[in-house]
Amino acid sequence: MPPVAIETAMTLQLSHLSRRFTGIPALDDVSLAIAPGEFLALLGSSGSGKTTLLRILAGLDYPDAGTVQLDGRDFLAAEARERKVGLVFQHYALFRHLTVAENVAFGLRVRARKSRPSNADINRRVEQLLKRVQLDGYGRRYPAQLSGGQRQRVALARALAVEPSLLLLDEPFGALDAQVRVALRRWLRELHEELRLTTVFVTHDQEEALELADRIAVMNHGHIEQVGTPEVIYQQPATPFVCEFIGKMNKLAVTCADGRMSVGDWVLEGLPGNDRHAKVVAYVRPEHLSLGLPETRPGWTARLRHVYLAGSVAHLELHIPAIGQTLEADVGGEDVARLGLQVGTELRVAPRSAVVFALGESDARLPFEERWFWQAPDAVPPVPRATSVASIGEGRARAGRCS
Amino acid sequence: MSRLKRQPPWSRQIGRVLLALVAISFLVLFLLLPLAVVFVEALRQGLHVYLSSIGQHEALAAIRLTLLVAAISVPLNVVFGVAAAWLMARFEFRGKALLGAFIDLPFSVSPVISGLVYVLLFGAQGWFGSWLGAHDIKIIFAVPGLVLATIFITLPFVARELIPLMQSQGSDEEEAARVLGAGGWQMFFRVTLPNIRWALLYGVLLCNARAMGEFGAVSVVSGHIRGLTTTMPLEVEMRYNEYDYVGAFAIATLLALLALLTLAIKTLLEWRYSDEIAAHAPGGH
Amino acid sequence: MRRRILPGFGLSLGYALAYLGLIVLLPLAALAWKASGIGIGGMLHLLSSPRTLAALRLSFAGAMLAAVINAGFGLLVAWVLVRYRFPGRRLFDALVDLPFALPTAVAGIALTALYAPNGWLGRWLTSWGIQIAYAPPGVILAMVFVGFPFVVRTLQPVLASLDRDVEEAAESLGASHLQTFFRVILPVLVPTLLTGFALALARAVGEYGSVIFIAGNIPMRSEIAPLLIVEKLEEFDYAGAAALGMVMLLASFILLILISRLQRWSGRWAEQLQ
Repeated sequence: MPPVAIETAMTLQLSHLSRRFTGIPALDDVSLAIAPGEFLALLGSSGSGKTTLLRILAGLDYPDAGTVQLDGRDFLAAEARERKVGLVFQHYALFRHLTVAENVAFGLRVRARKSRPSNADINRRVEQLLKRVQLDGYGRRYPAQLSGGQRQRVALARALAVEPSLLLLDEPFGALDAQVRVALRRWLRELHEELRLTTVFVTHDQEEALELADRIAVMNHGHIEQVGTPEVIYQQPATPFVCEFIGKMNKLAVTCADGRMSVGDWVLEGLPGNDRHAKVVAYVRPEHLSLGLPETRPGWTARLRHVYLAGSVAHLELHIPAIGQTLEADVGGEDVARLGLQVGTELRVAPRSAVVFALGESDARLPFEERWFWQAPDAVPPVPRATSVASIGEGRARAGRCS
Repeated sequence: MSRLKRQPPWSRQIGRVLLALVAISFLVLFLLLPLAVVFVEALRQGLHVYLSSIGQHEALAAIRLTLLVAAISVPLNVVFGVAAAWLMARFEFRGKALLGAFIDLPFSVSPVISGLVYVLLFGAQGWFGSWLGAHDIKIIFAVPGLVLATIFITLPFVARELIPLMQSQGSDEEEAARVLGAGGWQMFFRVTLPNIRWALLYGVLLCNARAMGEFGAVSVVSGHIRGLTTTMPLEVEMRYNEYDYVGAFAIATLLALLALLTLAIKTLLEWRYSDEIAAHAPGGH
Repeated sequence: MRRRILPGFGLSLGYALAYLGLIVLLPLAALAWKASGIGIGGMLHLLSSPRTLAALRLSFAGAMLAAVINAGFGLLVAWVLVRYRFPGRRLFDALVDLPFALPTAVAGIALTALYAPNGWLGRWLTSWGIQIAYAPPGVILAMVFVGFPFVVRTLQPVLASLDRDVEEAAESLGASHLQTFFRVILPVLVPTLLTGFALALARAVGEYGSVIFIAGNIPMRSEIAPLLIVEKLEEFDYAGAAALGMVMLLASFILLILISRLQRWSGRWAEQLQ
């Protein structure tokens, strides 16, 4: 295995990690660098290997192959108890027979006598931490007497008490009600900005990952599909899986013929229609469908089937007989009336931008052969939207091979 | 809806009452009556005779011996039970199912056979018999034999109580303790042990009741030497065979009281700490 | 070997194996070795003795019968304790464990005092010509006593977790109470009932303390196999005692394996029904 270059001091470098459980790969050649102070999300559905990765970092599991290095030192050589890692378990794993204060103090009390703070110091630290997680006055309660959100914060305080250099959170909001979840999310983000502690959290909830993380690693079947900022993950998905996993996407089968790519009457201008590609698909976000096109523009005739008005946004269901598909389009809530949209209305639609993949057939490990980011060649008057998405190209198709 | 709940028809009401009556009479006739007969027979000739037959030298020696045997065998089985439960509930390894079967094995062996095997090992004609004889060590027909047979009989109790509980609790808290820097024993005494304490007490209770009340196995290895190798149940048998019925039932009342005390504490534990004892694995008690 | 996360694997494995080896495996090996000492001829001679055969028959057939009785009464008592509310229910529930807690010798003399010809109940039964103590029915009675809690305690949690909607659905479809019981409830209970049955059976086969007082121990009539082992030991016939012990052990293992097969089969059947 080639030596791993250390980019920055204290960067956690994961190289070629593999782990199998009774023959089934949970991690398959995973490499990832975690920068100091960053807030990284491991996002994936259950069984994608994200929790296995987290447990390896915590010292609660070991890879079959691969290395983890911290500042050039072998991180895996240290036992769990020596790593100075703070871990918040999915179901918190609070010690049920200890009070909140005793839970938080645990990591300090089990230290060897010479490095153990005095009782007064421990008590002071515990009080500070409980204040920090907004639980001052709860020190004498038992975990069973707390709400889910409170338990979660106790678990966090307990993990922070040992002054970890790395904080790991396993589905930190998984067991909470929707309302508590959003409030705690914001609070955790603020806490991270204050402490600047390198934090890795596992989640299956993309909204959580997109809102919280500096960077997201999207995982699928034991390997990382894409690592990047939330913007990059959302706007430049690297693989078909990321397209289908993150946000909503309309999936279209592209025909390659006569040197051009098209889906029905819609032509992806600027993209070479090469018939060496066995199968090409285009992904279009609902907010990237232009409605009410002039006749001069290539596009489809669609029939509006349903309007789901969800507050500021309206979700439209458009049936396009020419390609035999029903697409979803999002417009601003007030545009529904402005454009005179009613169920049954016929209108012309076409995508403003799309992500296009030429899928390979041969190698299962390579899900596609080529990727393009396509942008409509001239600006169609955009439908004003509550949330606008930054454009990727400059009016011209920007095609690029993926690495 | 609940206001409108239909009363069951009369025929069904009567059926239910009859069914309950049959069950209750069975319990009374079958369980309460034998318990009552022990006390009535013991007191048949008055309190004075009862007390003096308990106060006899042999009775006191039997009580002392019973306590001694339990005091040695129960702690040994507690240590074994905790170790076995830790192994079975926290690790995956080859031969685990077999180990589990061996832990349960003493439950399906006749008490007489449990005693017999030690006679075959340590008796005069046994594997180690001549060596023990040459070194003047007595195991069979002596206290060590009684202890060994009792350990064999009560070996599964603690492990059986702990394994399902520890499996259902999972290892999250212990892993949390490790990540927080706890050493092995720190983790055990600060996290594992507090979490299983009530189930452990429950197991000890059952183990102790059986250890003090065991008859078949100790009867085989005891040799029935009055005042030296007779535990309380053996003293009951000897007095009974000597037609000293009041004396036999007098000792029996002590054992019955032990049983009632065990049941009372057991029931209390089940009411108070049911979730910390786990759905107690049926059987083998 | 993969690194283990939690500590103490080696220590607990070593201790458990050493302890089990010394307390359980070594003595059982001694039993097998001593039993094999009498050879095939000796074994055949032992098994052809009518007294041995009668004792084995009483131990196994009696235990079977006792377990069947326990399955019936155990189901009844468990049903009443789980489904009905009546004063003293908790007391009776706690009392079910009495045979576990009461030393067998105490149970033995108590049952004898009740059912002996001059005993509390025996007096009446004798006048009607029924003999229980000092005869095979006494043996079975003691076996029922010691095995009773097993069936009740195995059934209770399953009965408590039964979905009552299914019963109400059956009754809304026009099933009578008996039909509901036999077609809806009982099939689901069969695997559990078999577990309780097997536990009660295993306990009764080897039972000694409670039986010997009430049995009267008349050879060929009311003598159980464990008692025969004790008698052989008292005659210093170690090999014979070991051989008989081995036969009992093997026979009860075979029986338990058969029951677990039956149980697995009925479990699949019960699953298919749902």
